[in-house]
Amino acid sequence: MGHASRVIASVAIAAALLPATVQAADDVAALRAEIAALKADYAERVGALEVRIDQLESASSAAAAVAAEPPPPPPSAPARNSSAFNPAISVILAGNYADLSQDPADYHFAGFIPSGGEIGPGERSFNLGESEITFSASVDPYFTAALTLALSPGNEIGVEEAFFRTTSLPAGFTVKGGRFFSSIGYLNEIHAHAWDFVDQPLAYQALFGGQYAQDGVQVKWLAPTDLFLEFGAEVGNGGAFPGTRLGRNGLNGATLFAHAGGDLGDSIGWRAGVSWLDLDAEDRAYADVDSLGSPVVNAFTGGSQTWIADATLKWTPSGDTRRRALKLQAEYMQRTEDGDLAFDVDGSGLSDGYHSRQSGWYVQGVYQFMSRWRVGLRYDELDSGTTRIGLVQQGELLAADFPLLLPASPSRVTTMIDWSPSEFSRLRAQYAWDDARDGATDRQLLIQYLYAIGAHGAHKF
Amino acid sequence: MNRFIKGVCLALTLVAALPAQAAIKVLATTADWGALATELGGDKVNVYTATSALQDVHRVDAKPSLVARARTADLVVANGAELEIGWLPVLLQESGNPRIQPGATGYFEATSALRLLEIPTAVDRSMGDIHPLGNPHVQLDPRNIAVVAKALSARLAAVDAPNAPYYQSRGADFQARWQQALTRWSTQAAPLKGVPVVVMHRDQTYLVHWLGMQELAAIEPKPGVPPSAGYLAGLVTRLSASPPRMILLNAYNDPKAADWLSERIKSPVAMLPFSVGGTPEAKDLFGLFDDTLQKLTAAARQ
Repeated sequence: MGHASRVIASVAIAAALLPATVQAADDVAALRAEIAALKADYAERVGALEVRIDQLESASSAAAAVAAEPPPPPPSAPARNSSAFNPAISVILAGNYADLSQDPADYHFAGFIPSGGEIGPGERSFNLGESEITFSASVDPYFTAALTLALSPGNEIGVEEAFFRTTSLPAGFTVKGGRFFSSIGYLNEIHAHAWDFVDQPLAYQALFGGQYAQDGVQVKWLAPTDLFLEFGAEVGNGGAFPGTRLGRNGLNGATLFAHAGGDLGDSIGWRAGVSWLDLDAEDRAYADVDSLGSPVVNAFTGGSQTWIADATLKWTPSGDTRRRALKLQAEYMQRTEDGDLAFDVDGSGLSDGYHSRQSGWYVQGVYQFMSRWRVGLRYDELDSGTTRIGLVQQGELLAADFPLLLPASPSRVTTMIDWSPSEFSRLRAQYAWDDARDGATDRQLLIQYLYAIGAHGAHKF
Repeated sequence: MNRFIKGVCLALTLVAALPAQAAIKVLATTADWGALATELGGDKVNVYTATSALQDVHRVDAKPSLVARARTADLVVANGAELEIGWLPVLLQESGNPRIQPGATGYFEATSALRLLEIPTAVDRSMGDIHPLGNPHVQLDPRNIAVVAKALSARLAAVDAPNAPYYQSRGADFQARWQQALTRWSTQAAPLKGVPVVVMHRDQTYLVHWLGMQELAAIEPKPGVPPSAGYLAGLVTRLSASPPRMILLNAYNDPKAADWLSERIKSPVAMLPFSVGGTPEAKDLFGLFDDTLQKLTAAARQ
């Protein structure tokens, strides 16, 4: 069989390569004759068929009632108006009630330069969460596009994601461009409503201010193997923490990532990956308080590299996700920053070298013990590492002039239970002992609701 | 340099010629369509089935292993009618495989060849997991299998043109065997006509419809909504006066509610394979209906 098809393939290739013009003139005449014959033949047959149809139609209609065959497919309904091309719309509504033992206004990660992003448990009492609206559709046979808007409780609209994606590139390539959550790590790409806890792990909050979004382009390649093997790279403008826009031509925020995945038997699916993010920051400012108690603004300029390792494992007996399921997930990330740290940029303007190597990790498990009900446990830890501040080493300033950067190892323990009456609604209670400030533990109770309306979303692993 | 270009061209030609000798890769979303693809494709196809009979096909994880299979597939055989809406779009999107995108020759939906039952006139999520395009669980009416087989044979021939005659003859052979089996099943199923039953979920509708059984009630109050204690108690009072001859349960269903009801109203539970592989006897499509009818007639005699 193999030999025969190889011969057929070779002949086909050879035929395609032959000059096609040699016999053209003869062929045209022959074809004309053939078509004329076909036309005559068909006219005859159509006539005969029309007669038969007439006969059948005049026959009793009762015959149809006893037909053994199931009915034929319906005539496809015409799309009546232009709304047929409207994108699919889905809306996520979220909100919570928070009871926090510490003042959320001073929430920060001890030992880490603040990201200015979305960190901490939010405010006390009832809070409207971010409402998310997603529009998505095919653009044409070559692209799809999606827009996700986030409506903040403060009545602001943010563009969370807005990207196009190719659908018809050959050889397993996909290109995505616009604003999108970077594919680094595991949780980075996942939208808030699909998280297994109310909030992100501390490592994501401290190192990326939540999630790292690219304004740029991504290229992904999936290997043609039974083992899932995916490689990708991104470039962007680097505008999101820990980078900044550089105010010049060129690229910033390059990432590389590789994911592997597969099955272990019928019940276990896994995915693991490594990612790397390289950014430059220019005058990345943050507010601190010096040793005399005066507020100062300091700024970092330099390079920031982060690497991430992630692993996820899902156990569902015989793959039935409706009853019992267990999901285990862990990520480790480490960031190295090298450059200069300027102290009190509006005042003294002193500046010297800065080097830090900081890391964070979490491990979590979510167990669905019966249909609709899940419990979860998560442990988070950050390590501020050893930070070398030139101004302190030179003796120009005290370590106490950079209180936010004093060595610390914040941690958190989170427990969660949620109930999902359907795929589209979820109620969740979460209790955490959060030691992010590396001082007084913040005991956080969060009761959250999540509702999805509109188009049925499909979720990644 | 010239030699280099020639070398590259030769390599590319060889690579292009390679898939011609291998069997085409089929990714089927359910065990039944996987079994049908195997029946029709024989050794010219290499079928990978994304789910087993013990899974609820509405709810499947878009696992990395499935994305990897979608990447190399020449043909996706899906059920369609939005049965796989929660996961198949992700597979197709992540696969980076233009051959199997909706609209391409390599994307086949079984339900596109059929007229569905229970097409709702209005849809709202308050009605539970309803399918706007109609009830998608078409495989339990064997007449549907014959129709889908015809369309799938044609599609296999289109995807793998050099082997078109093979698919045609294999398709004709399958149709002949299937028609024979249909005649046998019709005789076997005659006593089931008009038998009152309670179903678990709307996914047994086509079976009930084919056999002409009478559906008294469903254990799920609404599609995809598990019954509450109160609803079940209501069922008991409603059904006690004229109990059904049996309760139909699928292999993948949680048997608790059906067993509870069975005890109260004294009707046996018929545990049906639902899908190829759902019971040890349902090894292929023929076995699926043989076993289904065997279980039904056995329960009807109780």
